[in-house]
Amino acid sequence: MKISLLDYGAGNLPSVERALQRLGAQTERISTSAGVAKASALILPGVGHYGALVRALDRDGLRESLITAIGRGVPFLGICLGLQALFQKSDEAPDLQGLQILPGSVRFLSDAVKLPHMGWDQVQAKGASRLLEGIDSGAYFYFAHSYAVPYGREEPALETRAICSYGGEFVAVAEKETIFAVQFHPEKSGGAGQRVLGNFLRIAT
Amino acid sequence: MSLAHRIIPCLDTDGERVVKGVNFVALRDAGDPVALARRYNAEGADELVVLDIAATRDRRPTFLETIRNVAAELAIPLTAGGGIRTLDDARAVVRAGADKVTVNTAAVLRPELISELSEEFGSQAVVLAIDAKRDGECWRVMTTGGRVSTDLEAVSWARKGAGLGAGEILLTSMDRDGTQSGFDVALTAAISKQVMVPVIASGGARWPQHFAEIFCEGAADAALAASIFHDDIQSIRSLKEFLASHNIQVRLPC
Repeated sequence: MKISLLDYGAGNLPSVERALQRLGAQTERISTSAGVAKASALILPGVGHYGALVRALDRDGLRESLITAIGRGVPFLGICLGLQALFQKSDEAPDLQGLQILPGSVRFLSDAVKLPHMGWDQVQAKGASRLLEGIDSGAYFYFAHSYAVPYGREEPALETRAICSYGGEFVAVAEKETIFAVQFHPEKSGGAGQRVLGNFLRIAT
Repeated sequence: MSLAHRIIPCLDTDGERVVKGVNFVALRDAGDPVALARRYNAEGADELVVLDIAATRDRRPTFLETIRNVAAELAIPLTAGGGIRTLDDARAVVRAGADKVTVNTAAVLRPELISELSEEFGSQAVVLAIDAKRDGECWRVMTTGGRVSTDLEAVSWARKGAGLGAGEILLTSMDRDGTQSGFDVALTAAISKQVMVPVIASGGARWPQHFAEIFCEGAADAALAASIFHDDIQSIRSLKEFLASHNIQVRLPC
């Protein structure tokens, strides 16, 4: 079975691809709604500006096909911006709408800390997570972002499986049925990151 | 729970081979970048930096090939730079597999380059490299591999660069580089306290105590070194164990 990586020009796609291939997975790059409709497992990588991702989804008519596929239960993993896209909207591009699959919105982290939140930070488990299976609470993952979904203030508490704290607590891992999302970069997070990707592969295949 | 202090090995290359020198001169061969990358990835390095210190046009394809080969070995972030003058140069480096690009001389000559890169890749992918040299009460920004002095003062240049969209400052002390006499605590602290982006301290590392010092007193977010890692003077794992035992937050690889 193939893992379909949505290619809209995100800088981290090749590293996600390499990390999956190291785990023995077959991958393909897709960029059309027809490709999304045929996919049996989807990964939305992302790094950079929220607006660039959302505009790409709309420009290529990908939004509807993604929502349909995720609704049908096609296993989905959103990475970094790919997590943020699942929520309602973002402070980074307030005029645009996210995929609105999960409740809650993406907010600016905080003026009180150095930004971007860049480097290795610990995530703290919140309930059982299929994606974090075999990984200790407190494990380090690589983050590179200035926006996140705050934890505790709004709705996504039910879907939150792990949080991280930097200028406030935010969602590091979210799961709902076959929808998975991580704010960190598993493809850049050494052994712990590989385990997350391996867990997704096991769930998806 | 907090952000770990990062340990970053740096591969200075002539495009193809890792080289090293003292105070930016007297280069000698120090190994194969791919083999070193593989080793540091396994030893628990938090990131890797690869620089093309020759940065000549005709060597550029070789350097991009080096980036591709190094990226293939890594499950950690890769920063690449040296001779990045335009958006197209940066695109080529990112396409070859770098997560971040460093700019130095070209940003001094045309600061808008920082904004252009930040708009295209996001500020998390733009590292402003500053080579600073003590000049009386302040620090002077040097360019062109440390050979050319500028009118810029390092603290205000760092602040301006962050304002233009640099997501990180890679700060090299020209006074300490290659001397193994310790990081420049005063310089690093001056800049780290003035900018709201992470600062990577570089130049002068020898002993684990130097790293403890730059994190605690220098307020560095990350520390970079080259020869002590390449020459097996210091292993990354034992360095991190030392720092952890001194209550400095680091990521100990499993």
